Amino acid sequence: MNWPHKDLLDVSQLSREDVDVVMRTAASFREINSRPVKKVPTLKGKSVVLFFAEPSTRTKTSFDIAGKRLSADTFGLAKSGSSLQKGETLKDTVLTLQAMNPDAIVMRHSASGAADFVARRVSCAVINAGDGWHAHPTQALLDLFTLREVWGDELVGKTVVILGDIAHSRVARSNIRLLTMLGVTVRLCAPRTLLPKDTQALGAKVYYELEPALAGADAVMCLRLQLERQEAGLLPELREYARRFCLTKDRLALAAPEVKVMHPGPINRGVEIASDLADAGNSLILDQVASGVAVRMALLYLHITRKEKGETA
Amino acid sequence: MTLPDLVVANVEVPGRDGFWTLCCAQGRVLELVPHDPAAVFPEARVIPGRGLLLMPAMTDAHTHLREPGQEWKEDIASGLSAAAGGGFSNIMCMANTTPVNDNASVTKLMLRRAADSWPNGPRLFPVGALTLGLAGKQLAPMEELLAAGCVAFSNDGEPVADTELFRHALEYAADLAPVIDHCEDPYMAKGSGANEGVMSARLGLRGQPDVAEALQVARDILLAEYLHAPVHLAHVSCRRAVELIADAKRRGAPVTAETCPHYLLMTDAALFGYDTMAKVNPPLRTDDDRLALMQALREGVIDILATDHAPHAAHEKETPFEDAKNGITGLDTALASLWELVRLGKLTAEDIALRFAWRPAEIFKLPHCRFATGDPADFCLFDPEESWVVTTESLRSKGKNTPLLGQSLTGRVMLTVVGGHVVHELARPGA
Ligand SMILES: [Zn+2]
Repeated sequence: MNWPHKDLLDVSQLSREDVDVVMRTAASFREINSRPVKKVPTLKGKSVVLFFAEPSTRTKTSFDIAGKRLSADTFGLAKSGSSLQKGETLKDTVLTLQAMNPDAIVMRHSASGAADFVARRVSCAVINAGDGWHAHPTQALLDLFTLREVWGDELVGKTVVILGDIAHSRVARSNIRLLTMLGVTVRLCAPRTLLPKDTQALGAKVYYELEPALAGADAVMCLRLQLERQEAGLLPELREYARRFCLTKDRLALAAPEVKVMHPGPINRGVEIASDLADAGNSLILDQVASGVAVRMALLYLHITRKEKGETA
Repeated sequence: MTLPDLVVANVEVPGRDGFWTLCCAQGRVLELVPHDPAAVFPEARVIPGRGLLLMPAMTDAHTHLREPGQEWKEDIASGLSAAAGGGFSNIMCMANTTPVNDNASVTKLMLRRAADSWPNGPRLFPVGALTLGLAGKQLAPMEELLAAGCVAFSNDGEPVADTELFRHALEYAADLAPVIDHCEDPYMAKGSGANEGVMSARLGLRGQPDVAEALQVARDILLAEYLHAPVHLAHVSCRRAVELIADAKRRGAPVTAETCPHYLLMTDAALFGYDTMAKVNPPLRTDDDRLALMQALREGVIDILATDHAPHAAHEKETPFEDAKNGITGLDTALASLWELVRLGKLTAEDIALRFAWRPAEIFKLPHCRFATGDPADFCLFDPEESWVVTTESLRSKGKNTPLLGQSLTGRVMLTVVGGHVVHELARPGA
């Protein structure tokens, strides 16, 4: 199987078949993560730059572990302490990265389209670990992986609610694209200030109240709420947000009996989700973290080994 | 009797049938007469006009030159060169330089640079700052600026949020010179560069809603009517603003308005792929907005065309979309790009002469040429069939930031004359 993409910028570039390949590859790597010695030599001698121009301990750590378990060398290039803080342009950073000649760049940036900008200027693989409000494809793929572990690969007819700050969420955008492509019904739920004005652009049904959105749902993905949204005038105090939109046991009772709860983390307990729910049996939050490593191993493997496979084919 | 020293023979003129001969002497129009093949002009330079269109030279009421302060983007010499190549005789340069043009010494510096680099034109007419430092806190010394050579006042780029101060600015300027306002509610997603709509939602970009513009347009209209003081509304980009202006004009409000070629030619679809060249403020809007602007321009609801020429250096656009500077370079391509609309039958050459040459000069009381005896000899010759590709080399502006790069345009300014002086001339193959 030769992976057809140099870069992973968003899920919209993937076909159903590509998604299956990622899922199958991740499943095979998942097993490594439960071994006593969690390391294979697959990417020995390969180097992966973790370029995080916006802080994200979770995603960065997840990629770091994924790379190391495949024996790749990983190098962090963080915003703080780098020349980025001294006003260097992204283009200059790209030229620097390219000169280091890595096999893959995993990047996180606060500007929508930044991964695309870099990918067009470097010869190695670029994996988008989140760009602005635009896309977070690896999160969407790991969310899908997590759901398939529970539901199997037949997703048509399932209903997933995405709850919270949709407008500013790359996680939401990528999940909507991926889930709707696979036949899942996606419902979005948020106050209007946290939705884009033209919600039809997103291609999912929109609810402004939580209860009807939850009715019969098979899974609820809570999004992380940036607490500054209050200061930006998008929300009253957090207590009020929680009153209207916090996922609680009572509200979740409206959903399907086997409903699953997800959250990309880090959680604001009591704001996005009631604390007891986050730890309850139907919570998949820790499964998401575990899936994250396996899916990212798969993506690093597919992108880094792509060229050699193509050459020998 | 004066003998002509400059003649354009056998040329077509928008709005007039047949072929014409333009005779000029000592920088002024002598006469525009039906072409007579037997006429000879022994003392004159005779320019053959066959296949060309004689257009009045244009006035750009909204240009950003970057001198003083940001000469790497553009300086006055290169900006005037682009103006000459684009067929302009007059350009009005905005005050957002570094330092800001809020005192006579900056105005005088600009005028001296223009005179040194282009002594025979195109002519530079500085626009003075409306408030000191464009800070929106205190009025600039408008009489001083006027005396130094400014022809209008504007806070362009930094809309005045304080309505009380803006009121006083209009009152104070009313006896001096027109006020040009950049209409954008500065609290609503300032400078985001993308229209709030389907495209911004898909791309995950902060959007600037059209109502942010319309709110400020409505404010300005109400103040202009209340104070009986004129306001010129800069770079109108959306239907909502057009509707407000049409209404205001029906009531006789003292407002005039401009739009730019890019709002007539493009929509926010150009942002696809995060193309920073299409990032401009106000942002490119929807096709519905574009059509409303076209109609408003034909009907005179929008009075004039202006380029909003905003040159930037390559590295200021070679960034992610959100980090890129706003603006499109426009002087070089204004007429040629609009010609596409003439070819499609959406505008006429007369519309362009009226909206890009005569009306702006009238509004701001600048010299212009209607081809009447005694008018300044300000004209350009346009080849409507000449096709050319917009490349970094073909643009005379230092700013190469246009979504037209790489595109082929049909129609080109072959020669520009300001006050009887040829300031731009391209060799015509076969002529
Ligand atoms: Zn402006």
